[in-house]
Amino acid sequence: MAVDEALIKEYKGRLPEPLLKIFKTYADEVGLSKANQKKAIQQVEHKFLASKIHPGEAIGIVTAESFGEPGTQMTLRTFHFAGVAEANITLGLPRLIEIFDARKDISTPIMEIFLKKQPKDERELEKIIASIKEIKFAEVIESITINIAKMQIEVVLNKKRMKDLEITSEALRRGLGVTLKTVDIVDKDDLLVMKPKVKELTLPSLYSIKEKIKEAPVKGIEGIKQVLPVKRNDEVLLISAGTNLKKVLEIDVVDGTRTLSNDIFEIAKVLGIEAARNAIIREVSRVLHDQGLEIDDRHIMFVSDLMTTTGAVKGVTRSGITGEKESVLARASFETPIVHLINASMVGEVDRLNSVVENVLINQPIPLGTGLPGLVTKMKGDEKDEQ
Amino acid sequence: MAEKFDIQEHKLIPKHTKLSDDEAQKLLEQYNVSLRQLPKILKSDPALKNFDIKPGDVIKIERESPTIGKVNFFRVVINA
Repeated sequence: MAVDEALIKEYKGRLPEPLLKIFKTYADEVGLSKANQKKAIQQVEHKFLASKIHPGEAIGIVTAESFGEPGTQMTLRTFHFAGVAEANITLGLPRLIEIFDARKDISTPIMEIFLKKQPKDERELEKIIASIKEIKFAEVIESITINIAKMQIEVVLNKKRMKDLEITSEALRRGLGVTLKTVDIVDKDDLLVMKPKVKELTLPSLYSIKEKIKEAPVKGIEGIKQVLPVKRNDEVLLISAGTNLKKVLEIDVVDGTRTLSNDIFEIAKVLGIEAARNAIIREVSRVLHDQGLEIDDRHIMFVSDLMTTTGAVKGVTRSGITGEKESVLARASFETPIVHLINASMVGEVDRLNSVVENVLINQPIPLGTGLPGLVTKMKGDEKDEQ
Repeated sequence: MAEKFDIQEHKLIPKHTKLSDDEAQKLLEQYNVSLRQLPKILKSDPALKNFDIKPGDVIKIERESPTIGKVNFFRVVINA
């Protein structure tokens, strides 16, 4: 018996799409008659409406506890690695705290770089990797010395390595020129002589310039320290240590629609606030999934919605979403109470006692559950007026 | 680096559209909220790069929710 399309159409908008889809497949499988289909979908709608969150439900607390309980189990199993190629990535509770606090400097920035076309062979893959990975000047030289007599730095280049990495001497010069604007670079046979254009040159300053030269990027993308190819679902992708989403997305061979960073702030900056919200959901679910924990998607979505309502990513900290609460007492009850109270009293803030914590503090019913609706008593006199 | 990649095509970015003033007014009435109460989006948000917007405009975001499928979300544009 086919599914009654008219019935499905009637319930479109009243029931969510995925639910209708499930209903369709089941009705088809079981072979319900049209009359029974109608009865069944009425039951589905009834259940759906009954399972909706009621006004006054404390979803914040429910979410906090849903994260809190499995979180206690996580601490014990923090140091498990996810695989050889991806070893040593911050996982588990430390990573979860990192995401929720919205830390700006995360401990292991990682990028997943997808490619538009699969590379034909290893050579091609290596070439792509070489174009992404940041190469410092120190990697393409044999030796670097300070000539004290002439007060200059002399570098012997590793020509073979340069050829392997496809770095021409012009490209090298260009790369060096960006970091070292005040240094004259002269080619002398195999020697690269660098003489800083400073009037009074001292040995310590020359030494610090030498260290700076070694760190100068000459090729690749700034911040990408290491690139490893990984095979996932019959597809080769690159995992990089260090992130630079903006620059990597601009590379031709990179599939810009899928390439990701695990740095939430970077995503917010490059892709926008909605992408950051999706990234938070994605990262949190992945951490939980890796640990074998199940937390309902709704809780994760709720937290990430809260973290992104202001248009910028805010952590669950005193400077983040808690610091943005309207009530002084609510802010004071979280962390550093004195600071909040002093600041509020100086500007004459008013607490309207609209939320939970402040009402707990002053021993009043909280606006949750049965505390939410107010009671209006009908006096005898009122009745008369109505008649 | 040939043509610049359009970040709107990134899979993390849901579809953003600007609501007309009428639609925005209707939305506020439907949910009985003021503009101030809507979630915000910065005017400088990268996802709104090709939009002609001013603070106070309402942006419709068509999210793909893991629980209930397609869902519309609204944000109001604010100055950074």
